[in-house]
Amino acid sequence: MTEFLQQLLNGISLGAIYALIALGYTMVYGVLRFINFAHSDVFMLGAFVGWTAVERLHLPKGTVGGGLAALALAMVVCAALGVLIEKLAYRPLRQRSTLTVLITAIGVSLLIQNVSQNSQIGFGPNPKAFPELFPSRQIHLGQLTVSTNQLVVLFVTLVLLAALYWIVHRTRTGTAMRALSFNATAASLVGINNDRIISFTFALGSALAGAGGVLYAMNYPSIDPLMGTLPGLKAFVAAVLGGIGNLPGAALGGLLIGLVETFVSGTRLSTFRDAIAFTILIGILLFRPAGLLGKLKVEKV
Amino acid sequence: MVPPKSQRYLLVALLAAAVLSAVSGRIDPYVLDVALGAGISIVLASSLNLINGFTGQFSLGHAGFMAVGAYTSAMLTTAVAPKLGLSGTVLQWVFFPVSLVAGGLLAALAGIAVGAPSLRLKGDYLAIVTLGFGEIIKVVLQNLDFVGGSRGLTGVPTYANLFWVFGSASVTVYVVWALLNSTYGRGFLAVADDEVAAEAMGLNTTHYKITAFVVGSFFAGVAGGLYAHLKGYLNPSGFSFDKSIEIVVMVILGGMGRHSGVVVAALLLSVLTEGLRKFGDYRMIVYSVLLIVLMLTRPQGLFTWPLWKRRNA
Repeated sequence: MTEFLQQLLNGISLGAIYALIALGYTMVYGVLRFINFAHSDVFMLGAFVGWTAVERLHLPKGTVGGGLAALALAMVVCAALGVLIEKLAYRPLRQRSTLTVLITAIGVSLLIQNVSQNSQIGFGPNPKAFPELFPSRQIHLGQLTVSTNQLVVLFVTLVLLAALYWIVHRTRTGTAMRALSFNATAASLVGINNDRIISFTFALGSALAGAGGVLYAMNYPSIDPLMGTLPGLKAFVAAVLGGIGNLPGAALGGLLIGLVETFVSGTRLSTFRDAIAFTILIGILLFRPAGLLGKLKVEKV
Repeated sequence: MVPPKSQRYLLVALLAAAVLSAVSGRIDPYVLDVALGAGISIVLASSLNLINGFTGQFSLGHAGFMAVGAYTSAMLTTAVAPKLGLSGTVLQWVFFPVSLVAGGLLAALAGIAVGAPSLRLKGDYLAIVTLGFGEIIKVVLQNLDFVGGSRGLTGVPTYANLFWVFGSASVTVYVVWALLNSTYGRGFLAVADDEVAAEAMGLNTTHYKITAFVVGSFFAGVAGGLYAHLKGYLNPSGFSFDKSIEIVVMVILGGMGRHSGVVVAALLLSVLTEGLRKFGDYRMIVYSVLLIVLMLTRPQGLFTWPLWKRRNA
């Protein structure tokens, strides 16, 4: 029972991070209808910004203030980067086929990875130890061990989700975002500046990915330029699982993927943990292609 | 109907491969190695071209099918062949091609397994499922001890010579070409052009998509077998996402759905990869910038004829 609760807790904190990344995929898919492959690398850069903030810019280690500052810095830098990627690589392709944009996204992803891996202009290929951002302690509740880092993950995720909900449902920009994902042409007809809203969506999604990167690195404290690929793919699976384009779906999907993965890691099948998300993906696409909370669209001619 | 002329081309290509193979001892080993790699790239790119180019699907898992073929044929020649007590010549000229075909068949089977459920999906979903499949294959191979697990499989006999590699390349190009120029094969192009219209015309689009997938994976499997017997060792990490991307780039560079363009692109990229080696760490950066610039300025591929005109299909 203790074992179960422990795994549940680990699963939720991993799932929360997947949820943060998945939201970025799902938002971009909502407005542009393509998979932003570079999203996982923005997540990776988030972790590296956190690392740079402490190791190079000498923000105080192990304090709440320093931790929050590093987190905020990662979010701002990633948001700017997301907007930049969209402007340079995706905007010129607005009227082209999905495939062209998809391949460009793969190109951007490869570019970020390889620039980061380069020792002269990037961070170099070797893994780096991630410093302690927040004061870290183990809290024992009976036989249950809770690390403060896990609590930080849960707390930050909840705050960010609440903020996202507020932006999307209570502000004019959020309303415009929803209008755009509902029908882009109609949205521009009623005076919404589509390009501006798309930029904003990228900023929002990338900021969440940046926060996710820092939180991930806090719990799995070794970072390298290729660290984004697998969590990114799993987060994408989470977005599909919840119903792509659907915000609560992405959060739910992330949580479920995190839980399943953690519980599988606890069994004899632990070496297959990286394959489990894809098995779920194939399963969900077979039985419920629209995802758990999504609605199936009929293609009209 | 396939005009007999094309079969003559195939025959000439096979003969040329045989002649080249006979004099391969005089070719500089480095040049030979690059040439063999380029030949395998032709097999991979042409077979992916059938799926991504002509049928308009988007597979990102070609390296996964390649891995299935590579491990199958390598296991046959390393584990099964010694028990048969055959001589070296028989092994290289009879058992090796059989193992290649076996690898291809198993890869085709994997193609059905992946294709049947996922081909109901469109564009980017399919891309992700095939990508996921490639990752699953890699993880499974890393966990299978009898094929070496993550340590890899060593001691694979190096049977792949110019004849087998360029023979396979010729056959692949021919089969894809002949398939598409048959009455039946026009269906692939119809699926790519407009799936809804093709279905309305009474074509079973799922059937065509799966056929493209199965034929494509078969040749990817053959290419994997060749690769295994060229390098002499296998490691699951060699069949990663990056490998799939490399093949996709060849198809895009050649102009999706162009036979000769894709062959030229496969050759060009194989040589270019070697040429960029002196840039060391900057090689992959150049590669990815190339990909982005190409997509922004010339998404129809470099070798789409006429060179100055946008393809309207």
